[in-house]
Amino acid sequence: MSAKSVRRSPKTRRTKQAADFFDLRLYVAGQTARSLTAIANLQRICEQHLEGRYRIEVIDLLERPQLARGDQILALPTLVRKLPEPIRRLVGDLSDTERALVGLDLRPRSSVKS
Amino acid sequence: MAKTATRPALVRSVPKSPTGIQGLDEITGGGLPRGRPTLVCGGPGCGKTILGMEFLINGAREFGEPGVFLSFEESIEDLTVNFTSLGLDPRPLAARKKLALDYVRIEPNEIQETGSYDLDGLFIRLEHAIDSIGAKRVVLDTIETLFSGLSDTRVLRAELRRLFNWLRAKGVTAIVTGERGESGMTRHGLEEYITDCVILLDHRVVEQNATRRLRVVKYRGSTHGANESPFFIDESGLSVLPIASLGLQHKVSPGRLSTGVPDLDEMLGKKGYFRGSSVLISGSAGTGKTSLAGYFAEAACRRRESALYFAFEESAAQIVRNLRSIGLDLEPCLRKGLLQIHAARPTNSGLEGHLSAMHRLIEEKKPRVVVVDPISNLISVGTSLEVKAMLARLIDFMKVKEMTALFTSLTIDDGHPEGTDIGISSFMDTWLVLRNIEVNGERTRSLDVVKSRGMAHSNQVREFLLTNKGVQLLDVVRHEGHVLIGSARAAHGEPR
Repeated sequence: MSAKSVRRSPKTRRTKQAADFFDLRLYVAGQTARSLTAIANLQRICEQHLEGRYRIEVIDLLERPQLARGDQILALPTLVRKLPEPIRRLVGDLSDTERALVGLDLRPRSSVKS
Repeated sequence: MAKTATRPALVRSVPKSPTGIQGLDEITGGGLPRGRPTLVCGGPGCGKTILGMEFLINGAREFGEPGVFLSFEESIEDLTVNFTSLGLDPRPLAARKKLALDYVRIEPNEIQETGSYDLDGLFIRLEHAIDSIGAKRVVLDTIETLFSGLSDTRVLRAELRRLFNWLRAKGVTAIVTGERGESGMTRHGLEEYITDCVILLDHRVVEQNATRRLRVVKYRGSTHGANESPFFIDESGLSVLPIASLGLQHKVSPGRLSTGVPDLDEMLGKKGYFRGSSVLISGSAGTGKTSLAGYFAEAACRRRESALYFAFEESAAQIVRNLRSIGLDLEPCLRKGLLQIHAARPTNSGLEGHLSAMHRLIEEKKPRVVVVDPISNLISVGTSLEVKAMLARLIDFMKVKEMTALFTSLTIDDGHPEGTDIGISSFMDTWLVLRNIEVNGERTRSLDVVKSRGMAHSNQVREFLLTNKGVQLLDVVRHEGHVLIGSARAAHGEPR
């Protein structure tokens, strides 16, 4: 946990930044073509839309199967947006960028959200 | 292998995993196909989840097979509460790694689909749960919930097919539950993928009474009962009542008990009923069935044996008052606690309710003698199929416990008591028929022993008198080819 906070901005700016800081966890199973596509798509989307305010953790469930339960993982790949709250789940390899942005609340679903 | 090959092919059946559920193993000839998935389908509230959980709990407790319960509908907390209320607390088993519960929560609003995917997450999760406790049994309840959370049905179908094949390869005995669909057996056609064994549960309301039925639709590589069997759910879980396969393994007792009426004992080989036997007394209204039941119960109390009286027609107070009019006082028996009368309107609860209440009371009180007065009133709660199954199970149960049971049955037509006795007489060891005979403008009662297995019994029709000093059975007097009864007998100079 301490490693995470080190990577965040200094404490003085933290509250301001926390609201739009994206803590993302990508679940995959092995180094399959689909896993690699998902990782690449996620990196691209983050660089373009979330520059400097995101953190990606890739979890390979073949190595750590016990983690599937905690985040309610079913389909793979699944991207879980831990922060900002509420938690969002994006299923699939993120090839559909528009849907991915909507899923991350970076594009309005119906109403505008800050 | 060489040894098994010599066995005739007919005897060989697929290997089975016993469910430990009363009756279900009888119908399936030993349980569910081992190492294969079984589909259990039915409408909401039909008992799918309970069947699944009991399969796992029995597996862990009785057969040394740990199990995984993967719920798609209820949280672990809800499941635990529900099962604890049925007397199946999953927590101690979970603590000893005999059982693993996992809840797969699917929130359609939280899921956004962004490209291609598969269900590897589910596979990994299930495999992890199976491997962590060495599970041999798995329940997936209700996997079709996936269709509400994920929209790509083509992918889902392909993945489900892969999942069931994977379960087979893994060699676990699985129950997959599915919601009854409008066109097929399940909403999303799971029966296309699971063809090893399919069990259909049904919860229907017949004449305002809820009844549950179970049917084995299909069982590949095995014979099975194809009929619908009633089942019920009570505090001790689920029990199926296979109608056809009443077990006849109970031991028989040579002991005899008084009927409470000396003249009747005389007719029954001078000694009365066999201990542990079942007795049916049928007759139309007002023929004296309850009186005979009352004498039987009172005789038990005089022997200092406990008696349990289920009254479905009259209240306890009514029975006591009415029997007092023929000189039988049940009050002391009740006071000593030897006799207990449980009166209930048959319509108060469903058939299941009566069955489980009767079972529970008999289990709890362990009476030596049981009276059900009248059994025919239960017809108003269920169709005769259920009453028959219920009786079969009850009789079997009491025989095993060496309890002597007396059932009264109200017949509508004096001439044909057999027709209205819902085919139950075959379960009975002794059958007495009471009749009203109307001759010469008066009504007299008669009694005859239709059958009494294993004893030399009278084959005479006797005149049956209810006096304020009790029951008397008189020999029928014949005169010039006519049977003289009632006042004709008196006119002939015969005592009455």
